[in-house]
Amino acid sequence: MQYFRNIYQSLSTIFTGMKVTLKHLFEPAVTIQYPDVRLTLPERERNRLYVNMDDCIGCDQCARACPVNCITIETVKSLPTEDLGKTSNGKKKVLWVTEFEIDFAKCCYCQLCVFPCPTECIYMTDVFEFSEYNRDNLKYNFSTLTPEEIVEKKENFAKFEAEKARLKAEEAAKKAEAAKLAAEKNTEAVQPKKEN
Amino acid sequence: MIYDFLFELTGSEFLAGLIQSLLPLFLFILPFALFAVWWERKISAHMQDRLGPMRVGWHGWLQTIADILKLLQKEDIVPRDVDKPLFNLAPVLVFMGSYAVFAAIPFSGAFIGSNIDLGLFYIVAVSGIVVASILMAGWASNNKYSLLGAMRSAAQIISYEIPTMIVVVTIVMITGTLNLYTLSEMQTGYFWNWMIFGGPGFGVDKFLFIPLMIIAFFILYISTLAEVNRTPFDIPEAESELVAGYHTEYSGMKFAMFFLAEYANMFAVSAIVSAVFFGGYQSPFGYLGNTLGIEWLIPIEQFFWFTAKGLFFIFVQMWLRWTLPRLRVDQLMALCWKYLIPISFVNLLIVGLITVL
Repeated sequence: MQYFRNIYQSLSTIFTGMKVTLKHLFEPAVTIQYPDVRLTLPERERNRLYVNMDDCIGCDQCARACPVNCITIETVKSLPTEDLGKTSNGKKKVLWVTEFEIDFAKCCYCQLCVFPCPTECIYMTDVFEFSEYNRDNLKYNFSTLTPEEIVEKKENFAKFEAEKARLKAEEAAKKAEAAKLAAEKNTEAVQPKKEN
Repeated sequence: MIYDFLFELTGSEFLAGLIQSLLPLFLFILPFALFAVWWERKISAHMQDRLGPMRVGWHGWLQTIADILKLLQKEDIVPRDVDKPLFNLAPVLVFMGSYAVFAAIPFSGAFIGSNIDLGLFYIVAVSGIVVASILMAGWASNNKYSLLGAMRSAAQIISYEIPTMIVVVTIVMITGTLNLYTLSEMQTGYFWNWMIFGGPGFGVDKFLFIPLMIIAFFILYISTLAEVNRTPFDIPEAESELVAGYHTEYSGMKFAMFFLAEYANMFAVSAIVSAVFFGGYQSPFGYLGNTLGIEWLIPIEQFFWFTAKGLFFIFVQMWLRWTLPRLRVDQLMALCWKYLIPISFVNLLIVGLITVL
């Protein structure tokens, strides 16, 4: 009896299974043809970062927020004579950003760098296909300055500093001189009085 | 017959025979294998709600040609410790075994490789070469997985030949012939003359045969499915247990030979099932050539029906493959020895009694 029940059970379960697979044969596919067809990304997707250098004031807040230290920022102060313009939300730019590098091999896409930015110049894009054969190619440099410009800015600033230091020193020297002179005069002036 | 036509054309028996023997390979098996691999991938994909290959040609129909080109270019790796002559011989033998089966299969009324009286018997016998060569491949590979797969395959094919043979004997008792051409010719006319509906003639026995024939058909279908090592009987190449079974060590064109042999085998057993139970190349509703009075159209129609039936059974094989999980070794043996063989034997006895009465 068990024998016939086994036969019946196996045949009926096979037919049930085949019915299911046949039904699925005519169902539309749930997959998409990826590189040709793409799903719309969610509203708050987190992908590759982008920095709009026109707005960056070089405040280093994003680099400090980064939990994996993948952002490297280096800045040089601008000269008082140079006008760097204003950011789109009206902040005055005072620093040359000589280096702004994000290493996407390290980046964990946590978006923590996006929120502290005072000018909202660092944000997530919708680019997520940027694999590379070489790890170094994942280091993205956002600085808009050319290497020569960077050298120039640094030299400018160094010169300016030197100039300032020299002026200061001169001033200090002058002051010291003046003070000395004054002191001498004083003593000369006082001396005769005493004599009187 | 194609042979006579070729004989007249070339004037040489040897050339006519050679061309005739090569025809099914180049006109049928190779295109079929290319098509079937693609078809299987598409069917499996759609059954899993995917799309499958889509990039090479329309819906990826050129995918297999690209794959074959890749396989042809691949390095032919022969591991150091294999038994080289046997290792190289095995894929050829596997393909030869499955190709030899096609000699006795009637593709249409005008084309049968060799119209021998022992057709069915020849097919069952010659497919034994496949067992030997699979075992050869497994043993020569000098790899534990290959050997295990080959042993399983041998055990499986030998066991499942018994129910196949018993069903064949059942058919022989009714029809009195082992010749597949005669067998197909007997089932001419309309579909109620097919063996699954009791064969030609309108006696009481025809209606008695119908349930018995359906049982016989199921047994033949299941056991031939097991003989070609397809899921749910694919334990010889169970990839989750045995890497790839007996063709683990093969690469490039030798692997392609195993692949080709598998698909050729699939069609061969489907052709046998359709020839034995479903009228072979016979149309289910008469021929267009007869109604129009065009003589030469009939063999072409017959070829169409033969291919259509074969492809339908292959579709069912693929359908089963993507439905059922793989059987365990003990379940496999239990199915054969405890269920298929007793049932087919009882079936044989009843059919014998009816034919005697």
